[in-house]
Amino acid sequence: MPYALCFLLFVIGLYCAVVKKNMVKIVIGIMVMEYAVNLFLIMLGYRLGGIAPIVGKEDVAGAGGQVTDLFVSSSVDPLPQALVLTAIVISLGSLALMISICIRTYEKYGTFDITEIRRLKG
Amino acid sequence: MAIFYIYILLLFMIIAAIIAVETKYLLGAVICIGAVGFGASIMFLFLRAPDIAITQIVVEVLGLIILIRACISRELTFISGPREFFGVVVSVVIIFVIFLAGIRVLETLPDFGTAIFAEAPEAASQTYIAEGLQKTGAANIVASVILDFRAYDTLGEATVLFTAIIGATVIMRRKPKKLLEDE
Repeated sequence: MPYALCFLLFVIGLYCAVVKKNMVKIVIGIMVMEYAVNLFLIMLGYRLGGIAPIVGKEDVAGAGGQVTDLFVSSSVDPLPQALVLTAIVISLGSLALMISICIRTYEKYGTFDITEIRRLKG
Repeated sequence: MAIFYIYILLLFMIIAAIIAVETKYLLGAVICIGAVGFGASIMFLFLRAPDIAITQIVVEVLGLIILIRACISRELTFISGPREFFGVVVSVVIIFVIFLAGIRVLETLPDFGTAIFAEAPEAASQTYIAEGLQKTGAANIVASVILDFRAYDTLGEATVLFTAIIGATVIMRRKPKKLLEDE
Protein backbone atom coordinates (compact mmCIF):
# COMPACT_ATOMS: atom_id res chain seq x y z
CA MET A 1 0.00 0.00 0.00
CA PRO A 2 2.76 2.60 0.67
CA TYR A 3 4.21 1.56 -2.69
CA ALA A 4 0.89 2.42 -4.37
CA LEU A 5 0.73 5.86 -2.69
CA CYS A 6 4.31 6.48 -3.80
CA PHE A 7 3.35 5.56 -7.35
CA LEU A 8 0.36 7.94 -7.11
CA LEU A 9 2.81 10.74 -6.26
CA PHE A 10 4.84 9.79 -9.35
CA VAL A 11 1.71 9.88 -11.53
CA ILE A 12 0.82 13.36 -10.20
CA GLY A 13 4.27 14.56 -11.25
CA LEU A 14 3.90 12.91 -14.66
CA TYR A 15 0.51 14.59 -15.19
CA CYS A 16 2.00 17.97 -14.27
CA ALA A 17 4.95 17.53 -16.65
CA VAL A 18 2.81 16.40 -19.57
CA VAL A 19 -0.32 18.57 -19.38
CA LYS A 20 0.72 21.97 -17.98
CA LYS A 21 1.68 24.91 -20.21
CA ASN A 22 3.86 26.79 -17.74
CA MET A 23 7.58 25.99 -17.96
CA VAL A 24 8.12 26.32 -14.19
CA LYS A 25 5.18 23.97 -13.60
CA ILE A 26 6.86 21.39 -15.84
CA VAL A 27 10.03 21.68 -13.77
CA ILE A 28 7.93 21.23 -10.61
CA GLY A 29 6.39 18.07 -12.06
CA ILE A 30 9.83 16.64 -12.78
CA MET A 31 10.85 17.42 -9.18
CA VAL A 32 7.78 15.58 -7.82
CA MET A 33 8.70 12.55 -9.93
CA GLU A 34 12.24 12.63 -8.53
CA TYR A 35 10.95 12.65 -4.93
CA ALA A 36 8.61 9.74 -5.65
CA VAL A 37 11.35 7.58 -7.19
CA ASN A 38 13.77 8.32 -4.35
CA LEU A 39 11.13 7.46 -1.75
CA PHE A 40 10.26 4.22 -3.55
CA LEU A 41 13.89 3.05 -3.62
CA ILE A 42 14.36 3.80 0.08
CA MET A 43 11.10 1.99 0.90
CA LEU A 44 12.33 -1.12 -0.91
CA GLY A 45 15.28 -1.37 1.47
CA TYR A 46 13.26 -0.75 4.64
CA ARG A 47 12.38 -3.45 7.11
CA LEU A 48 9.88 -3.07 9.93
CA GLY A 49 11.60 -2.41 13.24
CA GLY A 50 14.93 -1.95 11.49
CA ILE A 51 17.75 0.29 12.60
CA ALA A 52 19.84 2.75 10.60
CA PRO A 53 22.96 1.23 8.97
CA ILE A 54 25.36 2.89 11.41
CA VAL A 55 27.46 0.64 13.66
CA GLY A 56 27.23 1.66 17.30
CA LYS A 57 29.46 0.62 20.17
CA GLU A 58 27.18 -2.21 21.25
CA ASP A 59 27.08 -3.67 17.73
CA VAL A 60 30.80 -4.52 17.56
CA ALA A 61 31.43 -8.15 18.50
CA GLY A 62 35.16 -8.71 18.05
CA ALA A 63 38.34 -6.67 18.06
CA GLY A 64 38.78 -6.97 14.27
CA GLY A 65 35.64 -5.01 13.45
CA GLN A 66 33.22 -7.94 13.42
CA VAL A 67 29.61 -6.83 13.83
CA THR A 68 27.03 -8.79 15.81
CA ASP A 69 24.46 -11.00 14.15
CA LEU A 70 21.73 -8.81 15.65
CA PHE A 71 23.03 -5.83 13.66
CA VAL A 72 23.22 -7.87 10.44
CA SER A 73 19.66 -9.12 10.88
CA SER A 74 18.08 -5.78 11.84
CA SER A 75 19.87 -3.13 9.77
CA VAL A 76 18.07 -1.62 6.78
CA ASP A 77 19.57 -1.89 3.29
CA PRO A 78 22.50 0.56 2.85
CA LEU A 79 22.86 0.13 -0.93
CA PRO A 80 19.72 2.04 -2.08
CA GLN A 81 20.52 4.73 0.46
CA ALA A 82 23.96 5.26 -1.05
CA LEU A 83 22.61 5.37 -4.60
CA VAL A 84 19.72 7.71 -3.69
CA LEU A 85 22.23 10.01 -1.98
CA THR A 86 23.96 10.31 -5.36
CA ALA A 87 20.67 10.84 -7.20
CA ILE A 88 19.50 13.64 -4.88
CA VAL A 89 22.66 15.67 -5.45
CA ILE A 90 22.45 15.14 -9.22
CA SER A 91 18.81 16.30 -9.18
CA LEU A 92 19.98 19.63 -7.73
CA GLY A 93 22.38 20.10 -10.67
CA SER A 94 19.72 19.25 -13.24
CA LEU A 95 17.25 21.58 -11.48
CA ALA A 96 19.75 24.44 -11.79
CA LEU A 97 20.19 23.68 -15.51
CA MET A 98 16.42 23.54 -16.17
CA ILE A 99 15.71 26.74 -14.25
CA SER A 100 18.48 28.61 -16.07
CA ILE A 101 16.93 27.54 -19.39
CA CYS A 102 13.54 28.84 -18.11
CA ILE A 103 15.03 32.20 -17.07
CA ARG A 104 16.77 32.73 -20.43
CA THR A 105 13.60 31.79 -22.30
CA TYR A 106 11.64 34.30 -20.24
CA GLU A 107 14.16 37.03 -21.02
CA LYS A 108 13.94 36.27 -24.74
CA TYR A 109 10.17 35.76 -25.14
CA GLY A 110 8.67 37.51 -22.10
CA THR A 111 6.53 34.54 -21.08
CA PHE A 112 6.71 31.10 -19.49
CA ASP A 113 3.94 29.79 -21.78
CA ILE A 114 5.39 27.02 -23.94
CA THR A 115 2.65 27.36 -26.58
CA GLU A 116 3.80 30.91 -27.36
CA ILE A 117 7.46 30.00 -27.78
CA ARG A 118 7.36 29.39 -31.50
CA ARG A 119 10.12 31.48 -33.03
CA LEU A 120 12.85 28.87 -33.23
CA LYS A 121 15.79 30.75 -34.64
CA GLY A 122 19.40 30.99 -33.57
CA MET B 1 3.52 2.85 14.90
CA ALA B 2 6.12 3.85 12.33
CA ILE B 3 3.90 2.71 9.50
CA PHE B 4 1.12 5.05 10.73
CA TYR B 5 3.46 8.05 10.49
CA ILE B 6 4.56 6.87 7.04
CA TYR B 7 0.95 6.87 5.82
CA ILE B 8 0.31 10.34 7.29
CA LEU B 9 3.43 11.78 5.68
CA LEU B 10 2.67 10.17 2.31
CA LEU B 11 -0.85 11.65 2.33
CA PHE B 12 0.61 15.05 3.29
CA MET B 13 3.07 14.85 0.40
CA ILE B 14 0.36 13.85 -2.09
CA ILE B 15 -1.94 16.71 -1.00
CA ALA B 16 0.92 19.22 -1.20
CA ALA B 17 1.86 17.91 -4.66
CA ILE B 18 -1.74 18.25 -5.89
CA ILE B 19 -1.89 21.86 -4.61
CA ALA B 20 1.49 22.59 -6.24
CA VAL B 21 0.25 21.22 -9.55
CA GLU B 22 -3.14 22.90 -9.57
CA THR B 23 -2.57 26.35 -8.03
CA LYS B 24 -2.49 29.44 -10.27
CA TYR B 25 0.23 31.23 -8.32
CA LEU B 26 3.75 30.18 -9.24
CA LEU B 27 5.25 31.29 -5.93
CA GLY B 28 2.61 29.27 -4.05
CA ALA B 29 3.43 26.25 -6.19
CA VAL B 30 7.11 26.65 -5.28
CA ILE B 31 6.28 26.82 -1.56
CA CYS B 32 4.15 23.67 -1.89
CA ILE B 33 6.97 21.82 -3.63
CA GLY B 34 9.12 22.82 -0.64
CA ALA B 35 6.50 21.21 1.61
CA VAL B 36 6.73 18.00 -0.46
CA GLY B 37 10.52 18.00 -0.15
CA PHE B 38 10.61 18.58 3.60
CA GLY B 39 7.92 15.94 4.06
CA ALA B 40 10.19 13.58 2.12
CA SER B 41 13.11 14.39 4.42
CA ILE B 42 11.04 13.58 7.55
CA MET B 43 9.90 10.40 5.78
CA PHE B 44 13.53 9.38 5.25
CA LEU B 45 14.09 9.75 9.00
CA PHE B 46 11.19 7.34 9.68
CA LEU B 47 12.60 4.96 7.07
CA ARG B 48 15.90 4.88 9.00
CA ALA B 49 17.97 6.81 6.48
CA PRO B 50 19.46 9.77 8.40
CA ASP B 51 22.15 10.56 5.80
CA ILE B 52 19.54 11.03 3.10
CA ALA B 53 17.36 13.16 5.38
CA ILE B 54 20.26 15.58 5.97
CA THR B 55 21.15 15.72 2.26
CA GLN B 56 17.50 16.20 1.30
CA ILE B 57 17.13 19.21 3.62
CA VAL B 58 20.26 20.90 2.21
CA VAL B 59 19.30 20.19 -1.40
CA GLU B 60 15.71 21.30 -0.75
CA VAL B 61 16.78 24.70 0.61
CA LEU B 62 19.12 25.31 -2.34
CA GLY B 63 16.47 24.14 -4.82
CA LEU B 64 13.86 26.46 -3.28
CA ILE B 65 16.26 29.40 -3.63
CA ILE B 66 16.84 28.53 -7.31
CA LEU B 67 13.10 28.13 -8.01
CA ILE B 68 12.20 31.39 -6.24
CA ARG B 69 14.88 33.15 -8.32
CA ALA B 70 12.99 31.99 -11.41
CA CYS B 71 9.54 33.14 -10.25
CA ILE B 72 10.17 36.39 -8.40
CA SER B 73 9.44 39.74 -10.07
CA ARG B 74 7.92 38.15 -13.13
CA GLU B 75 4.76 39.90 -14.25
CA LEU B 76 3.21 37.21 -16.47
CA THR B 77 2.95 34.40 -13.96
CA PHE B 78 -0.74 33.69 -14.63
CA ILE B 79 -0.98 31.12 -17.40
CA SER B 80 -4.38 29.55 -16.99
CA GLY B 81 -5.82 26.51 -18.61
CA PRO B 82 -4.25 23.35 -19.96
CA ARG B 83 -3.17 22.69 -23.53
CA GLU B 84 -5.55 21.69 -26.34
CA PHE B 85 -8.53 19.73 -25.08
CA PHE B 86 -7.98 16.62 -27.21
CA GLY B 87 -4.31 16.34 -26.24
CA VAL B 88 -5.17 16.69 -22.55
CA VAL B 89 -7.78 13.94 -22.72
CA VAL B 90 -5.40 11.58 -24.52
CA SER B 91 -2.60 12.35 -22.03
CA VAL B 92 -4.84 11.76 -19.00
CA VAL B 93 -6.11 8.46 -20.41
CA ILE B 94 -2.57 7.26 -21.12
CA ILE B 95 -1.39 8.29 -17.64
CA PHE B 96 -4.38 6.49 -16.07
CA VAL B 97 -3.54 3.31 -18.00
CA ILE B 98 0.07 3.58 -16.85
CA PHE B 99 -1.18 3.97 -13.26
CA LEU B 100 -3.37 0.86 -13.46
CA ALA B 101 -0.56 -1.19 -15.01
CA GLY B 102 1.86 0.04 -12.34
CA ILE B 103 -0.53 -0.95 -9.55
CA ARG B 104 -0.69 -4.46 -11.01
CA VAL B 105 3.11 -4.60 -11.13
CA LEU B 106 3.41 -3.41 -7.53
CA GLU B 107 1.24 -6.33 -6.39
CA THR B 108 4.07 -8.68 -7.29
CA LEU B 109 6.42 -7.01 -4.82
CA PRO B 110 6.63 -8.41 -1.30
CA ASP B 111 4.77 -6.57 1.45
CA PHE B 112 6.07 -3.28 2.75
CA GLY B 113 8.56 -3.82 5.58
CA THR B 114 9.94 -7.18 4.55
CA ALA B 115 13.62 -6.96 3.70
CA ILE B 116 13.94 -8.22 0.13
CA PHE B 117 17.73 -8.15 0.21
CA ALA B 118 17.89 -10.42 3.27
CA GLU B 119 16.43 -13.33 1.32
CA ALA B 120 19.56 -13.60 -0.82
CA PRO B 121 22.48 -14.37 1.52
CA GLU B 122 25.09 -13.52 -1.12
CA ALA B 123 23.54 -10.11 -1.93
CA ALA B 124 25.88 -7.14 -2.03
CA SER B 125 23.91 -5.37 0.69
CA GLN B 126 24.46 -8.26 3.12
CA THR B 127 28.20 -8.12 2.44
CA TYR B 128 28.29 -4.38 3.03
CA ILE B 129 26.46 -4.67 6.34
CA ALA B 130 28.45 -7.66 7.63
CA GLU B 131 31.92 -6.65 6.48
CA GLY B 132 31.72 -2.89 5.93
CA LEU B 133 33.28 -1.96 9.26
CA GLN B 134 35.90 -4.69 8.98
CA LYS B 135 37.01 -3.80 5.45
CA THR B 136 36.78 -0.01 5.41
CA GLY B 137 36.85 1.10 9.03
CA ALA B 138 33.80 3.35 8.60
CA ALA B 139 31.08 3.01 11.23
CA ASN B 140 28.53 4.50 8.83
CA ILE B 141 27.86 1.80 6.25
CA VAL B 142 26.36 4.27 3.75
CA ALA B 143 29.55 6.34 3.84
CA SER B 144 31.63 3.21 3.38
CA VAL B 145 29.55 2.29 0.31
CA ILE B 146 29.70 5.68 -1.43
CA LEU B 147 33.32 6.43 -0.58
CA ASP B 148 34.92 2.98 -0.71
CA PHE B 149 32.95 0.12 -2.26
CA ARG B 150 31.37 2.25 -4.98
CA ALA B 151 33.73 5.21 -5.18
CA TYR B 152 33.56 5.27 -8.99
CA ASP B 153 29.84 6.07 -8.68
CA THR B 154 30.72 9.12 -6.61
CA LEU B 155 33.32 10.14 -9.20
CA GLY B 156 30.68 9.86 -11.92
CA GLU B 157 28.27 11.89 -9.78
CA ALA B 158 30.85 14.65 -9.44
CA THR B 159 31.33 14.61 -13.22
CA VAL B 160 27.60 14.90 -13.91
CA LEU B 161 27.22 17.69 -11.36
CA PHE B 162 30.17 19.57 -12.86
CA THR B 163 28.75 19.24 -16.38
CA ALA B 164 25.30 20.43 -15.29
CA ILE B 165 26.72 23.48 -13.52
CA ILE B 166 28.92 24.31 -16.54
CA GLY B 167 25.79 24.13 -18.72
CA ALA B 168 23.84 26.40 -16.35
CA THR B 169 26.74 28.89 -16.27
CA VAL B 170 26.98 28.98 -20.06
CA ILE B 171 23.22 29.52 -20.43
CA MET B 172 23.09 32.27 -17.80
CA ARG B 173 26.18 34.09 -19.14
CA ARG B 174 25.64 37.78 -19.82
CA LYS B 175 26.81 39.72 -22.87
CA PRO B 176 28.85 37.12 -24.73
CA LYS B 177 29.56 39.57 -27.59
CA LYS B 178 31.35 41.97 -25.27
CA LEU B 179 33.57 39.17 -24.02
CA LEU B 180 34.43 38.25 -27.59
CA GLU B 181 35.32 41.85 -28.46
CA ASP B 182 37.64 42.10 -25.49
CA GLU B 183 39.74 39.22 -26.71
